[in-house]
Amino acid sequence: MSSTIHLVNESLTVPVSWYLLLSVALFAVGTAGALTRRNGISIFLSIEVMLNAANLALVAYSRQLDQRTGQILVFFVLAVAAAEAAVGLALFIAVYRQRRTIDINRINLMRH
Amino acid sequence: METAVFLVFALLALGSSLVVVAHKSPIYSTLSLVLTLFSVAVLFVLLGAPFIATLQLLIYAGAILVLFLFVIMLLNVGREEGIPGGHRAQLVAAVLGALAFAVALWLLLRPALGAAGTAPLTEELVSLSGLAQELFAEYLLPFEIVGLLLLVAVIGATVVARRPTADELAGGVLAAGGAAGIGGVAGAGGMGGPGSLSALDELEAAESTAASWAADADRAGGGARPASFPGGAEPGARP
Repeated sequence: MSSTIHLVNESLTVPVSWYLLLSVALFAVGTAGALTRRNGISIFLSIEVMLNAANLALVAYSRQLDQRTGQILVFFVLAVAAAEAAVGLALFIAVYRQRRTIDINRINLMRH
Repeated sequence: METAVFLVFALLALGSSLVVVAHKSPIYSTLSLVLTLFSVAVLFVLLGAPFIATLQLLIYAGAILVLFLFVIMLLNVGREEGIPGGHRAQLVAAVLGALAFAVALWLLLRPALGAAGTAPLTEELVSLSGLAQELFAEYLLPFEIVGLLLLVAVIGATVVARRPTADELAGGVLAAGGAAGIGGVAGAGGMGGPGSLSALDELEAAESTAASWAADADRAGGGARPASFPGGAEPGARP
């Protein structure tokens, strides 16, 4: 374990701000996807990209501040994401059973 | 070396995430999300969080995305049709909005990082036992609450996704009296073309035929069969 850490330290370290920049870019990509897609599952996948970008930012902060709290927060985010995926996909199955589609432009019962 | 690894996997993550949001077929989107998650997991290792990287691969790429693939194949989700001309403005607005949001996020997050350079990676940050001790001592209550949340999610998902019972179907028949127009929309909204029976249809047909469902509902409610009845409309009748 210690030898690998030593190896990483010898080389040029990537600034943490680069990771933060990547995280912001990933989050923007996910936002654009969630706003433009019409297939419910694709919107869900875009939201997963956004969640992952937030996780990357948390781990980057954890690295910069040399504290484990960020990693523990990511642990909880992973668990909540698993619960969210299970319930969300179950909702899609229920909606599909009723409407025979998961195109969100056609699921507009609440609009009328 | 580290810089090269970072650049390769950062570009891989960015490119595959673009495929996730841009590809018309949800199957390819999901498979490309696996690549995104893997690349981000590599970056987690670079940031000194090997445990989180392992969790990411096991839970996200291993379990959640398999669930996604399973549901996509179960629902027989087809390709999205191209965005019609009226929605071109929506696409431009979404991209511009996301860009503006990213700039705002960057201006907000960057100062929090501080001006100091990155300190060398300490063994304390990487150590798994330290993480476990903190998780099970300081964060024990949130940990248990998350366990409860997962239990509730399992029960909730089962309840939401299960097939309705005969009693509930009878209630649905009564309620569907005023919702005939909505049912008509549902019948027209089918994604599958004529004769393309989805996997869900076959599943339902295997367990109990639509005819026996209708018979149950007629006996219980005595009403006409609504168009929104699950499996009630013949595949050939759909446009």
